[in-house]
Amino acid sequence: MGIIRTKDLVYEYVRRDEEGNVEGFTTAVDKVDLDVQPGEFIAILGHNGSGKSTLAKHINAILNPTEGSVWVDGMDTSEEEHIWDIRQRAGMVFQNPDNQIIGQVVEEDVGFGPENMGVTTKEIWERVEESLKAVGMYEYRRHSPNKLSGGQKQRVSIAGVLAMHPKCIVLDEPTAMLDPKGRREVIRAVRALNEVEGITVVLITHYMEETIHADRVFVMDSGKIAMEGTPRQIFSQVERLQELRLDVPQVTLLAHELRRKGVGLPEGILTVEELADALAGSR
Amino acid sequence: MSIILDHVNYIYGEDGPLAVKALDDVCLQIPDGQFVGIIGHTGSGKSTLVQHMNGLLKATGGHIYFNGEDIYDRDFPMKKLRSRVGLVFQYPEHQLFEVDVFSDVCFGPKNLGMDKKEAELKAFDALRKVGMPMELYYQSPFELSGGQKRRAAIAGVLAMAPEILILDEPTAGLDPKGREEILRQIKELQVQTGMTILLVSHSMEDVAEYVDRIVVMNKGRVMYDGAPKEVFAHYRELEEVGLAAPQVTYILHALKDRGFDVDVNATTTGEAVETVLHALGRIPEAFRP
Amino acid sequence: MLRDITLGQYYQTESVIHRLDPRVKLGGTLGYIISLFFFRNFLGYGVAAVFLATVIGLSHVPFRFIVKGMKAIVFLLLITVTFNLFLTPGTEVVSVWRLTITVEGLRTAVTMAIRLTMLIIGSSLMTLTTTPNNLTDGMESMMKPLKALRVPVHEVAMIMSIALRFIPILLEETDKIMKAQIARGADFETGNIVRRARALVPLLVPLFISAFRRANDLAMAMEARCYRGGEGRTKMKPLVYQRRDRLGQICILAYLAISITAGRLRL
Repeated sequence: MGIIRTKDLVYEYVRRDEEGNVEGFTTAVDKVDLDVQPGEFIAILGHNGSGKSTLAKHINAILNPTEGSVWVDGMDTSEEEHIWDIRQRAGMVFQNPDNQIIGQVVEEDVGFGPENMGVTTKEIWERVEESLKAVGMYEYRRHSPNKLSGGQKQRVSIAGVLAMHPKCIVLDEPTAMLDPKGRREVIRAVRALNEVEGITVVLITHYMEETIHADRVFVMDSGKIAMEGTPRQIFSQVERLQELRLDVPQVTLLAHELRRKGVGLPEGILTVEELADALAGSR
Repeated sequence: MSIILDHVNYIYGEDGPLAVKALDDVCLQIPDGQFVGIIGHTGSGKSTLVQHMNGLLKATGGHIYFNGEDIYDRDFPMKKLRSRVGLVFQYPEHQLFEVDVFSDVCFGPKNLGMDKKEAELKAFDALRKVGMPMELYYQSPFELSGGQKRRAAIAGVLAMAPEILILDEPTAGLDPKGREEILRQIKELQVQTGMTILLVSHSMEDVAEYVDRIVVMNKGRVMYDGAPKEVFAHYRELEEVGLAAPQVTYILHALKDRGFDVDVNATTTGEAVETVLHALGRIPEAFRP
Repeated sequence: MLRDITLGQYYQTESVIHRLDPRVKLGGTLGYIISLFFFRNFLGYGVAAVFLATVIGLSHVPFRFIVKGMKAIVFLLLITVTFNLFLTPGTEVVSVWRLTITVEGLRTAVTMAIRLTMLIIGSSLMTLTTTPNNLTDGMESMMKPLKALRVPVHEVAMIMSIALRFIPILLEETDKIMKAQIARGADFETGNIVRRARALVPLLVPLFISAFRRANDLAMAMEARCYRGGEGRTKMKPLVYQRRDRLGQICILAYLAISITAGRLRL
């Protein structure tokens, strides 16, 4: 069994009007089946309100399914006794860099998770050091988080999760509030976690270009998984992606338009170099 | 309705030990009716720059002229300047506070001393201009979706009927569709009203399609100032300061390196398609008889 | 604007005082403050001033920085002094219109000014040299006996530490919302009290909403990182008394003995 598995996962919440009367139900996640293997890099794409963040919060047992089940490392998230083991094994990084840093000094923030887990003082220091080094923030360990850039703050948050020695890490739109430079920093750190440390990554985003290194991409729409496949398979369906309110990278779009005009190009081009080479070959 | 910045300097915490030069000898002239993109990464001084244009920050050196008048003259009506140069902040939905969208949009015009009826007319007009669906006018602003909240907030500034509209990262935090919708709406507004618009952004790709002119800010200085094509020609230098030209610029340069006769100045996907087809020896549809 | 308030904001540098155990500093500050109320003559204040100057010197915090922080409370100081100056009954010195200055008033006002200034400098020195986290750790540790009385000591300490982390963020946010509303023509500076209070609504509503949203986010992030109260929690930086802390305690005790003795001499 995979490290993260969901079966028929449904999450509904009650909508209320101003007086607090029940207006109806909204199904945020609708019958989702997911099976993530250890060491995989999974990307979940979708526009705002597609249910991707709600899905992510189930993996960390912040939300419990209305119907169906979620297992993390073989443990059912709805069973109260596993909750802390699950949160340790599936760490989570959120969107707003300011609202998830608890410590007032970078190193103290990274130590927060291990402290909660009851790790010994000596080991906390070791973990903090290795985690900050893994995200390239070690030299900032004594800084105040308020003085860091958005990308640096997010890397500190990633280190904070890493220090808990998780098997997998879920990142819920970690780049949505960053500038291009910050986004690149964070994505680079995330890829390093996956490739060097072998940690399973679930990256939730609405930027398509951040998913090109993923092993598998899921596209969500109205709570359902609308598309699933390798980045290449996904990127080759430009029209479908646009229907799902996603922004196709210019290189993919250009290749798609050229193909439509009769230029012999393969579908699902991901990078600038690929396109240039393919065009050079087609001549 | 031009704005001229003449050797403007701004230093944060001037007398303290941590003085930072946020603006360094900035000279700019923004003529009437232009759509300008101001690009730079976080901390480049772009937000500081626009806050000078409506007098929220006061330059520590240099002059700013609004329609030929020095705004730092003692008898210059600063409050009036704020209504004529509308500034929409980053994440503007964070300033919504009224019980419904419509009253919130009325806040600005009322502050300008308009009577109720006039303010309401302005609010209606502004809400229409930003494309807010009618049925949401009397909803609580806090119950709207992210994109709609932002529209409401933009309308709140627009209702003051400014002659110049400055938007500081109006697309931050929105999803791709939301970004495109907002940008289109702004462009439409500019075409319809002929208003001068300044769009602050960190994304070249976002603004390339819409603006007439791009001003690149770096370390408080104006690094480049010109038409998008001219600015993107410096894509290597832009890369060095942490900014990127649109992806098509890279594609076209990569093709050029491989011996294609493409026009590297194309900035949008549409233009790129044409020049690539042309280089491949196919006549683009647009030019067929 | 609001960001300029530096009173007691942690000043990062290396010094003996910075490295001192927070419990020593807390105890020392408390002792110092109490000592200020024991003095009957100016000699006591002299001893206290020497002590304070020594500590400031050791702390490597520039005196200018401390003074800058004081600016925020000058007003408060002035009010206290003025009240004491004019409202203390006693032997008259000068009398203008209905206001009378007395010898006693003069004396109380001067003493009050000295005492308050020294009190504020002394206590702000503690926060200047102690990271807020360290400070809350110290308080938590010192208040441990209260746990027996069912005081949620850990929780209180955690709340304080979070509040301290978010104060700069919320101040910045206040600044931003204020500017944004000014750009929409809001006026925070003119008009009578009622008008001004009403003008705050467009500032306070967004600020509260933002604070609640942040609190919500933070609670979720803390839970996601396995936070479940103080039970079974270990410390990354546990408080252990070092040699320098013992030394510090001795110095403080010595100061208390000397200053109070000197301060109560009948000169």
